[in-house]
Amino acid sequence: MTESPTGTVNYLNHDKSIKSWLLTLDHKRIGIMYLIAVSLAFLAGGVLAMLVRVELMAPEEILMGADAYNQTFTLHAVLMIFAFIIPAVPAVMGNFALPIQIGAKDVAFPRLNLASFYIYLIGAVVALSALLVGRVDGGWTFYTPYSTSIGDGILFITLGVFIMGFSSILTGLNFIVTVHKMRAPGMTWNRLPLFIWSIYSTAIVQVLATPVIGITVLLLFLEKVLQIGIFDPALGGDPVLFQHFFWFYSHPAVYVMILPAFGIVSDLMGTFSRHRVSGYRFVALSSVAIAFLGCLVWGHHMFVSGQSAVSSVIFSLLTFLIGIPTGVKVINWVSTMYRGSVQLKTPMLYAISFLFLFSIGGFTGIMLGVLAIDIHLHDTYFVVAHFHYVMMGGNVIAALGGLHYWWPKMTGKDFNEPLGKIAAVLVFLGFNMTFIPQFIMGIQGMPRRYYTYLPEFQSYHLWSTYGSWVLAAGLFLIAGYLLHSLFKGKKAGLNTWGALTLEWTHTTTPPDHHNFHELPVVRRGAYDYHLARHLFENGSEVSEVAHASE
Amino acid sequence: MGDKGSFLLPDAASTLAGEVDALFWFVTWTSAIIFAAVIVAKVYFMARYRRKDDTEVPEPVKESKWLEATWIVVPTILVLIVFTWGFDVFVKLNTAPPDSYQITVRGGQWTWEFQYDEGASSFTEMYVPVGRPIKLNMSSSDVLHSFFVPAFRIKHDVIPDRYTSVWFEATKLGEYQIFCTEYCGTEHSTMLAKVVVVSEEDFATWLAENSTDLPPAELGQQLFAQCAVCHSVDGSAGIGPSLQGLAGSDRALADGSTVLANDDYLRQSILDPASQVAEGFQPIMPAGYAGMSAKQIDGLIAYIKTLE
Repeated sequence: MTESPTGTVNYLNHDKSIKSWLLTLDHKRIGIMYLIAVSLAFLAGGVLAMLVRVELMAPEEILMGADAYNQTFTLHAVLMIFAFIIPAVPAVMGNFALPIQIGAKDVAFPRLNLASFYIYLIGAVVALSALLVGRVDGGWTFYTPYSTSIGDGILFITLGVFIMGFSSILTGLNFIVTVHKMRAPGMTWNRLPLFIWSIYSTAIVQVLATPVIGITVLLLFLEKVLQIGIFDPALGGDPVLFQHFFWFYSHPAVYVMILPAFGIVSDLMGTFSRHRVSGYRFVALSSVAIAFLGCLVWGHHMFVSGQSAVSSVIFSLLTFLIGIPTGVKVINWVSTMYRGSVQLKTPMLYAISFLFLFSIGGFTGIMLGVLAIDIHLHDTYFVVAHFHYVMMGGNVIAALGGLHYWWPKMTGKDFNEPLGKIAAVLVFLGFNMTFIPQFIMGIQGMPRRYYTYLPEFQSYHLWSTYGSWVLAAGLFLIAGYLLHSLFKGKKAGLNTWGALTLEWTHTTTPPDHHNFHELPVVRRGAYDYHLARHLFENGSEVSEVAHASE
Repeated sequence: MGDKGSFLLPDAASTLAGEVDALFWFVTWTSAIIFAAVIVAKVYFMARYRRKDDTEVPEPVKESKWLEATWIVVPTILVLIVFTWGFDVFVKLNTAPPDSYQITVRGGQWTWEFQYDEGASSFTEMYVPVGRPIKLNMSSSDVLHSFFVPAFRIKHDVIPDRYTSVWFEATKLGEYQIFCTEYCGTEHSTMLAKVVVVSEEDFATWLAENSTDLPPAELGQQLFAQCAVCHSVDGSAGIGPSLQGLAGSDRALADGSTVLANDDYLRQSILDPASQVAEGFQPIMPAGYAGMSAKQIDGLIAYIKTLE
C-alpha cells in the first residue's frame, strides 16, 4: 500500500466537481448530502420552535397572532417529523455507515439510493410550497374534517408527505436487500453491529407502514379535490376512520424514529465500555419484533376519540406488552458498562444522556398507556413533553451522539472535545428545563396547541422558554465547533474511539472511494473486544489497516 | 389536598377523580423508584468501571439467565397490574349510572352550548347540581372538538354527526374549567367554558329561571305531527313501524342484522332512512328530513325517548 494510513485519496477528494457530488452513486456522499439537507430542515424547524416558545411567554400577543401561531407550530411539527427525524438517522448515518459496517462496497441499489435523495428533496420542496398557497394549521396530524375545511395549502403538504414517503420506502428496501445480500465473508447475523440490526428493523417498518400514510393522504387529496366522502361527515365520511388510518402509519413511524437511536446507543455503549453489549441477541431480535408488533398499537392514540371501548382496552394491553422489551433494552445498555472499561468521550455523554431522557420518555409513555390516566392527560402538554422526551431526548440525542461518533470518520477531522462535552451538558440541561415544566402544566390540565392560556400556567411557560434558549445555545455551539473543525480541525486518526466495527478497523480516514482496499474477512463479533486484545496491546491506534501496512 | 389540588394534580372535584389520582400516584411512584434505581446503577457503573489504562480490555461478563428473567418478569407483572387497574377505572369512567341527569352539549367553532331537557340553555356556564350523576350527550356542529374538565378527570372527543358522551358526579360546589382539547381553528385556545356546581335547590331555581325555550321533547312532539302520518306512538303498525318503546331496544333490520336503537341510530334513521330499514317494512320513507336543524333532531330524539 502506498498511501499513508489516513489516506491521501479518499471518497471526499477523489473527484471534487459539483457534478461528481450531485450525481454521485457513493453511499457515503449521499449520506453527506442527506446530512446537509436534514440539518437545514432541523435548523428551520428549530427556529420555528423558538418562535413558538417566545410567543408562549405570555398569554397575550408577543410576536404573532393566533393564526400565525397555529401555522408556526404546525410547520415546526411537519418539518421536524417528515423532513428531519424520519430521514435523519437512517438516511444520514445508515447511508454512511451501514455498507461499511457489513463490509460492502456500497448499498445494493446505488442509483435507487440517489433517487431516494432527490425524491426526498422534491417532497420537501412541495411540502414547503404550501406556505405560498395558503394557511395550513392544526398540527401534523391533519385530523379531518378540520384539515379538509381549510384552504388548499393542505394539498401541498400532504402531497409533499406522500412524495417523501417514497423516499423512505426506497431507502428501507435498499437497506433490507443490502443487509441480506452484501455482507462480507464471515459477517454472520450474530456478528452484525447492533446499529445494523436496528436500521434493518427500521427498514422493515418503512416498507410495511409508509404505504399506509401514502394511501391516507391520497384519500384525503381525493376527498378534497373530487368531493368523495371518505372522512368528512358532511359528505357521508367518517372522521374517526382518518385517525385510524393516520395512526396506523404514524405509530409505526415512531419506531422509524426511535429504532435507529437504539442502534446508535448500542454501538456507543459497546465501544465506550469496550465491552460486548449485554443481551446482544435480545437487543437485536427485539428490535425486529418491535418492528412488526409496533404496527398493532396505533389505537392507543385514540382512547378518547370515540373508538370502541373494547378496542381501547386491547390497544392498551398491547402497548404495555411492547413497552417491556424496550425497558429491558435500557437495562441491557446500562449493564453493558458493568465490569467494562468506560470512557466518557463526547459521543458517550450523549449515550448516557439518552438513557436518562429516553427512560423518562418511556415511563411517561406507560402512564399514557393506562386507560384511565390517559383520559386526563390526552392532548395536554404532558403528551407534548412525553413525545419530545422520546423524539428529541431519544432520537435527536442519539443522533447527536452518532454524529460526533462518526464525524472524524466522515470528515477526516477531529472536533474540539472539551467544547463537545460542554455542549452535550448544555443540551441535556436545556432540554430538561424546556420539557419538565411542560409535564407539570400538562398534568394540571394545560391543553396542547393553545395560542393563549390561563394565567396560572404562565410561570411554567416562562421556564420552558428559558430552557429552550439553553438548549439552542448548546445546539448552536455544536454547529459552531463542527463547522470550525472542517477548516481548522486536527486530522483524525484511523480509529478515533477504539471501536471494533469495520468502518473503524478496516478503512482509512476518511474512507476510500470504494470503502475497502481489499475485501474484509470478519473473524469476530462487533463487540468481541476480548478477541481483539492484540490490537490494543501497544496502545497505538486500533486498526487492521495500520497493522497491514506496517 | 384542599381546593388547590395536590402537588401535581389539579383540584379533584368528582367521585372518580380520587380513583384516577390513586392510580396516577401508583404509576408515578413505581416509575420513579425504578427510574432512580436505573440511574443510580448507571452513575455507579460510570464511576466504578471508568477506564484507567488505555490498553485495558475487560473480560466479557457471563450473562445470568436468572437476572434476565427477573427484569422481564417483574416489569411484566407491574404493567399487568396497572393495565388491569386502569381498565377497571376506565370502565367506571365510561359507564354512566342509569339514573343520570342528562344535558345536551354542542361544540361549535368556538363555543360550547348546553341544553337542558327543561328548556334552559346556556353558553359559557354549565350549571349542574352537586352529588347527582350527570351524563353529557355531546355532538359537534362543525369539526372535531374535545370536552375536557381537569377537575373531574374526564375528556372525550366531540364529533360532528355522531353522539358521544361522558359522565361525572361533582362532589364539591364551585366553578371548574372546561377546555376544548382537540384543535379546531383560530380560536381553539379560547373555546372555554365553566362547570358551575351548585346545590340542588340553587339548580332548581336556575332551571326555573332559565327555561325559556321550548323543552326539546315538546319541540319534538310538535315536529312529530308530520311523522305521525306513518308512525304511530302506541304500538299499532302503520305505513312505518310504531315508535313506541323503540329507543334503547334491539332493532331487527330488513337485511337480517340487529342494531341497538341508540341516539345515533335514531338520528341516522331520520336523516338517511333507507340506510337501515326495519324488518317487515319497505324503504319508502322520504329522505327530505335531512334538512332539519340539529336542535330539531335532538328534539325529535328526546320525544321518541319518551315513548315508552
